[in-house]
Amino acid sequence: MLDIQNIRKTFNAGTVNEKRALNGVSLHLNEGDFVTVIGGNGAGKSTLLNAVAGVWPVDEGSITIGGVDVTRLPEYKRAKYIGRVFQDPMMGTAATMQIEENLALAARRGKSRTLRSGITKTEREEYREMLKILDLGLEDRMTTKVGLLSGGQRQALTLLMATLQKPQLLLLDEHTAALDPKTAAKVLDATEKIVGRDNLTTLMITHNMRDAIAHGNRLIMMYEGRIVVDVSGEEKQKLTVEQLLELFSKASGSDEADDKLLLG
Amino acid sequence: MLNFINALPGAISQGLIWGIMAIGVYITYKILDIAYLTVDGSFCTGAAVFVVLYTTGTNLWIAMLASLLAGMLAGLATGILHTFCGIPAILAGILTQLGLWSINLAVMGMKANVAINVINAETLERLLVSLRFVQDVAKGTRPFWQHPIFVVGIFTVVIIAILYWFFGTELGAALRATGANGNMARAQGINTDMAKVLGLMISNALVALSGALLSQYQSFADSSMGKGAIVIGLAAVIIGEVLFSKIFRNFGLKLLAVSIGAVIYYVVIQAVVSLSGINTNYLKLISAIIVAVFLSVPYWKGKYFKKSAKKGGAQNA
Repeated sequence: MLDIQNIRKTFNAGTVNEKRALNGVSLHLNEGDFVTVIGGNGAGKSTLLNAVAGVWPVDEGSITIGGVDVTRLPEYKRAKYIGRVFQDPMMGTAATMQIEENLALAARRGKSRTLRSGITKTEREEYREMLKILDLGLEDRMTTKVGLLSGGQRQALTLLMATLQKPQLLLLDEHTAALDPKTAAKVLDATEKIVGRDNLTTLMITHNMRDAIAHGNRLIMMYEGRIVVDVSGEEKQKLTVEQLLELFSKASGSDEADDKLLLG
Repeated sequence: MLNFINALPGAISQGLIWGIMAIGVYITYKILDIAYLTVDGSFCTGAAVFVVLYTTGTNLWIAMLASLLAGMLAGLATGILHTFCGIPAILAGILTQLGLWSINLAVMGMKANVAINVINAETLERLLVSLRFVQDVAKGTRPFWQHPIFVVGIFTVVIIAILYWFFGTELGAALRATGANGNMARAQGINTDMAKVLGLMISNALVALSGALLSQYQSFADSSMGKGAIVIGLAAVIIGEVLFSKIFRNFGLKLLAVSIGAVIYYVVIQAVVSLSGINTNYLKLISAIIVAVFLSVPYWKGKYFKKSAKKGGAQNA
């Protein structure tokens, strides 16, 4: 489904702030794979997701989604294949627009936007039903401006928007990191539900190692712009946090696990 | 005082005409969240194109349509500089405005102003709006429905209705999303560069149309008539918002508030001029002060009188 071949990205090349964010990453995801991504700060997790989403072009390598080479496509064109939820709850929704308007925008992802009505009556009914899945009472506040919602509500809404049109690939960039534990659990629960229901191919970054182990069928760990650990199937199911730390130490070549990784 | 009351219909008419320009400014400043200065040039472009075409015998409606298209081109130029060439919006606007100064003069045959001969009764009769109609209606020699307040009022309502419809369509919603959150818009597959260019084109089309109406009203186009237009536009947007944001929630009413804001602005200016007898050369200074005051009020309200809950992100543009 997703095929990444040896991509590289260096920010601020040739300056003192030069940062090699992606250092030759290759990754292949099969249809229906739910991959969790962990790694310390600056390991290149978000950079990897942004490269796939097309926020900026990569320096080298190629990215293919469902057989289509998207390496040269701009962000808005790739959106046709990709659903995204960001770390910052403010980022995934338009604050000054209503809940139903945000959903209607998402429903037209990858389609040409014409002078037809921006939202129809039948759509409204559909959205109401979908919002019920989130169990946040948003179905009764369809015309509320999204800016009035809490961070958790906005993240849940963004998740719904990302999956409203079944995406070929779902990218979750620490989408629960900015939420309180209880809300985070709720959003994660909704994620599990939706991903399972639609059998979505998913890449989920998380800072929480327990979450990384508990969710998905495969786990990758990044370090200095490379994938250093890649476990799946039964091996992943039996994984413990301690083993994960050990794997990390071995991969990164240091005796002690990086403190930044221990945030979970 | 009598002076002021006599001048009121004229001030309201002018306010309504500038209100159409202000609606154009609202689209970029409030909806797309872009501050730029092209309007100072494109306002005059609209006027110049109209007067030149009209005085050389073109049909009035076709001449107005041509002004509208000329404004769109000015917006397109700014948009391309901003998106395709990556120049910050404010600078792209300044560049377009500077270039338009020459273009406007060229359109007017390298003259600083071109007049419509309203002494000629036949020419006058064909105009949609004119300062003379204000006087004629007051004297009773002309029916009320030819009063500029009435005519421009209808223009305003039609424009608001069209914009209300447009911003409810898929395309219009894409424009709003672009202004509200570019990241989100791109993630939802919206070509935000295209949306910005389109918004700038619509905005400048309205600005140029307003210029065309003002040139009819005052019966001439002048190369410096757009000077400070953006300030008047911002004044109208902000006055409308400060005074009506609590009662006008609907998008159409918000646009109406902008138009009313422009009228209030002109009435206030007229009041200052008629009641104090101040030298009219101070008008630009007064304009700047009015806008500065209205821009500060929302800021101070938020800073020193924090009562209402904060309403999310990009609200205080």
